[in-house]
Amino acid sequence: MTLLAHTGIVFGRCLRSTLRSKTNLFFGMLQPLLLLALFGPLLTGLDMGVSGSSWQTLVPGVLVQLALLGGSYVGLGLLMDRNLGVLDRMRVTPVSPLALLLGRTLRDVVQLVAQSVLLVLLGLAFGLRAPLPGVLVGLLFVAVLAAALSALSYGLAMNVRTSPEFAAIANTAAMPLMLLSGLLLPMTLAPGWLEGASRAVPFRYTVDAVRQVFLGHYANTTVAVGAAVTLALAALCLMGGARLFGRVRG
Amino acid sequence: MSSSVIRVRGLTRTFALGSGPVHAVRGIDLTVGRGEILGFLGPNGAGKTTTLRMLTTLLPPSGGEAEIAGRDLLRDPAGVRRRIGYVAQSGGLDPACSVREELVTQGRLHLMSRGAAAGRAAELAAELGLSGLMDRPTGALSGGQRRRVEIALGLVNRPEVVFLDEPTTGLDPGSRAELWDLVRRVRAEHGTTVFLTTHYLDEADALADRIVVVDAGRIVAEGTSAELKRRYAGDPATSLQDAFLAITGRSTAERPLAI
Ligand SMILES: Nc1ncnc2c1ncn2[C@@H]1O[C@H](COP(=O)(O)OP(=O)(O)O)[C@@H](O)[C@H]1O
Ligand SMILES: [Mg+2]
Repeated sequence: MTLLAHTGIVFGRCLRSTLRSKTNLFFGMLQPLLLLALFGPLLTGLDMGVSGSSWQTLVPGVLVQLALLGGSYVGLGLLMDRNLGVLDRMRVTPVSPLALLLGRTLRDVVQLVAQSVLLVLLGLAFGLRAPLPGVLVGLLFVAVLAAALSALSYGLAMNVRTSPEFAAIANTAAMPLMLLSGLLLPMTLAPGWLEGASRAVPFRYTVDAVRQVFLGHYANTTVAVGAAVTLALAALCLMGGARLFGRVRG
Repeated sequence: MSSSVIRVRGLTRTFALGSGPVHAVRGIDLTVGRGEILGFLGPNGAGKTTTLRMLTTLLPPSGGEAEIAGRDLLRDPAGVRRRIGYVAQSGGLDPACSVREELVTQGRLHLMSRGAAAGRAAELAAELGLSGLMDRPTGALSGGQRRRVEIALGLVNRPEVVFLDEPTTGLDPGSRAELWDLVRRVRAEHGTTVFLTTHYLDEADALADRIVVVDAGRIVAEGTSAELKRRYAGDPATSLQDAFLAITGRSTAERPLAI
C-alpha cells in the first residue's frame, strides 16, 4: 500500500513533467509514425514468407522498436535530474527509494502505450487489419517490455556520469539488438547464421508473439514463449534496475 | 547549547578510484546544539559536501556513526530524512517546473495530503517572498530567487535541522545579504538548526554562531569567530582571514570576497 502510494506521487510528478514538454512528445512520436508511413508501403507487395498482410508484420515490429528505443533512452532524463540535484533532493524525503524508480517507470509505460495506440491507429489507416483482442494483448506485451527497458535504462543512468557516456552505451546496446530481433523485416528472410544469432535476443520472442496475436492466434507455442521471455526479462530488468538504482555513487 | 540535535563520531568516507583511494573525510567528531547556526568552513575539496551527503543519508559512510534529530543515521535513515531538510550546492530545481509545482510536489514527497501540501506551499511562499513567482518556471528566476525557492523546498517538512551546502556561492552581494537575513529569520522564528557549509570567511563570520574549520577531511579548528581570531591571530580585532591562514596555511577564497 505504502509503496503504491509513494509510486503514485512520483508518477504524478513525472507525468506532469512529460505533458509539459510538448515538443519532446511530438518528436518522440514522429519517428515511428514516419517509419510506418514511409517504410510500410514498400513492403505491401513483397513476399516475406509470413502469413497475413505486411502490416501485420511491420506494425508489431515498430511497436517493439518504439518500446526498445523509447525505453532505453529514458535514463537520459534521469541523468539530467541527477546532475541538477533534483534526484538527491527527492531522495532526502521519506518517499520510498524504490518508488522513485517505479514511479518513473510507470510514467514511461503509460507514455509508450499511448504512443503505441497512436501507431496502431495510423496502421489501421494504412490498411492494417487485426482483431481487437489481439491488438490489446499486443499492447500488453509492449507495456511489459517498456517497463523492463525503462528500469534497466534508469539503472544505467545511476551508474554513469555524463550524457555522452550514457548515449554511447545505450546506442551500442540498442542498435544490434534491434537489428537482430527482426523488427522491421521478419527473421524468416534471414540466412541461417543470422536467424540463429537472433534466437539469443529476447525481443525476437516478444515481436514474434505480438505478430501472432495480431494475426488472431493466441494459443500457440510462439505466444507462450514470447510471454514467458518478456515476463522473465521484465522481472530481471526490474530487479537489476532497482539494484543499480539503489547503489549510491558519490 | 542546551540539547544537541546532531552528534557525529568518527565519520569517515573513502572513495575508491582507479588511481587509488581518496580519503575525502578522515574522521569527523562534531556536536551541534538545537537552534544553532553552524558554519562548516573549509577550502574547496576539504570534504564539506561529502560530509553533508553522509549526514543527509545520501552517501553511506565508510566508518563512524551519527545521530540526527534523535534518529540513528545508519539504522533509521528514513527517520532522519523525515526530520531534516537538505539544499544541495547544485540546488535541485527542475528548470521547466513552476515554483508551485516544485513546492507542492515536495510536500507530497514528504507524504502530505494534496491539501496540506498546497497549504504549506502557500505558507512558505508568503514567508519567503515567493508568492508573486508561484507560476513561473524555476528556470526563469534570478539566482537569488532560485536560491530562495531551493531553501523553501528544504523547509517544506518543518525540519529540525536544515543542511545548506554553500548557499551563497555564485550570488551577487545584495542576494547574499538577503539570504543571510533569511537564514537568521528561519532560525529565530522556528528554532531550526542550520548546518551550513561555506568557503567564504565573511559568511561564516557574519552568520554562524560557531565555526568548524575543515581541511583535507579533518576538523582543524573549532570555535566562535571571535575565539578563532583570538586563538590563531592573537587578536579578536584582526580578520578571520588571518586566523584561517594561520590554521590552514592558505586562503580559502578562489576569488575576491564579496562585500
Ligand atoms: N564521488 C567521488 N568520487 C571520488 N572522489 C570524490 C567524490 N566526491 C568527492 N570526492 C573527493 O573528495 C574530496 C572532498 O570533496 P568534497 O566533499 O566535494 O569537498 P568540498 O565540498 O569541501 O569542496 C575531494 O578531493 C573530491 O575530489
Ligand atoms: Mg562542496
